Amino acid sequence: MLPQLTNEEVLRYSRHLILSEVGVEGQQKLKAAKVLCIGTGGLGAPLGMYLAAAGIGTIGLVDFDVVDRTNLQRQIIHGTKDIGRKKIDSATETILDINPNVNVIKHEVAITSENAMDIIKDYDIVVDGTDNFPTRYLVNDACMLAGKPNVYGSIFRFEGQSTVFTAPGGPCYRCLYPEPPPPGLVPSCAEGGVLGILPGLIGVVQATEVVKLILGKGDTLVGRLMLYDALNMRFRELKLRRNPDCPADGSCSVIKELIDYQQFCGIPHQSPEPIAAMPDKEIDPVEVKTLIDQKADFVLIDVREPHEYQIAQIPTAKLIPLGDLPKRLSELDPGADYVLHCKGGVRSAKGCDVLRGAGFQKVRNMKGGILAWSDKVDPSVPKY
Amino acid sequence: MAKILIPTPLRQFAGGNDAVEVSGATVGEILDQLTTTHPDLRKNLFNDEGKLRSFVNVYLNDEDIRYLSKTATAAKDSDTISIVPSIAGGR
Repeated sequence: MLPQLTNEEVLRYSRHLILSEVGVEGQQKLKAAKVLCIGTGGLGAPLGMYLAAAGIGTIGLVDFDVVDRTNLQRQIIHGTKDIGRKKIDSATETILDINPNVNVIKHEVAITSENAMDIIKDYDIVVDGTDNFPTRYLVNDACMLAGKPNVYGSIFRFEGQSTVFTAPGGPCYRCLYPEPPPPGLVPSCAEGGVLGILPGLIGVVQATEVVKLILGKGDTLVGRLMLYDALNMRFRELKLRRNPDCPADGSCSVIKELIDYQQFCGIPHQSPEPIAAMPDKEIDPVEVKTLIDQKADFVLIDVREPHEYQIAQIPTAKLIPLGDLPKRLSELDPGADYVLHCKGGVRSAKGCDVLRGAGFQKVRNMKGGILAWSDKVDPSVPKY
Repeated sequence: MAKILIPTPLRQFAGGNDAVEVSGATVGEILDQLTTTHPDLRKNLFNDEGKLRSFVNVYLNDEDIRYLSKTATAAKDSDTISIVPSIAGGR
């Protein structure tokens, strides 16, 4: 039995009701539907807002993050007033402002192998708006085991991908990519940047697919991978096939149970013991400042990109982007003393490995990068 | 010459190009030629045994070469080859 629409809802959804593809019955299906949005960030923001506006009856939100200023360039479900608030609270408030008829269910947790099946069991459709490979494989496998469609979207700089995985008989994420890339090879949005509007478009594609799946109308992205290139404004689509080794009954030949996804993605578990300090490999920004003030004999190398150098810089640093470092080693004296820095310390650690691999003896990584420099040494240097 | 579309994450290894024209009779030959011209791409596309990495998909037009003849798939000059790596961003 589908739920009845109130008079307020009839008026609210009138532009849907006069579409023959939706109609009263379609709108009732949307009202009866339960959709789980994993993540309320770049993809989750437009998705949650449009699903609410469209009249999805129950929207589950999974997020445990807090709104920060760098989110606001794209996560339009949160506003400047929400900085410092829990994303799940801010997103709920926006959703209920758009449509108070929505029943929002908050899951303020990180989705894990232990809780995933329990979280998704009450929903009809899962939408993946996460930002890392382990969670994407986890969401895929949980949806496969639970037999729920997984509406997928992912973004990088100016490019996005979207499809529908684990629909009955359809392909899954592992059919597309059997294995994740090794850690560090594909930068995150925080490291690689992302056009703020891009998740808007991909999130809206995901929302469209959710609504179509509920209505049972149109041709969904099951079996098709949509690619979007914002810089050249091009949409393309590729065929996506189910792994031919999977049995015809819809079960998967690969996924039998949820596994350890950190390990699957090659990410070491955080050691409960604090990692011993490595005084010969790392240096605190405050010590670097002391060395500069003492006019000590060392070379400070900034391994960020030139456009990042434009945003903020440490005056004495020599800019050699990480990608150029191997071919510019000849500019450097292997006997000299080096400190490398980047934005947060990850790329410069790789840079240190490059120098050490080339036989340089005295190479240290500035802990926390220019962000820590701004915090500890010179607050006039902007953080980004 | 077939056209190869280079995705954003790999453009830095292909001289910044978003598309490269390369000649070759098969997808494998074309990829060999591509990675000869742009050697930095090689380690991103192939593993130490010279096999395509499993998080990089290659399509001839809209079809995954895993479901054609893999790198032995014949390619015409009018074909477009897409390299589509796994991306995970969402926040």
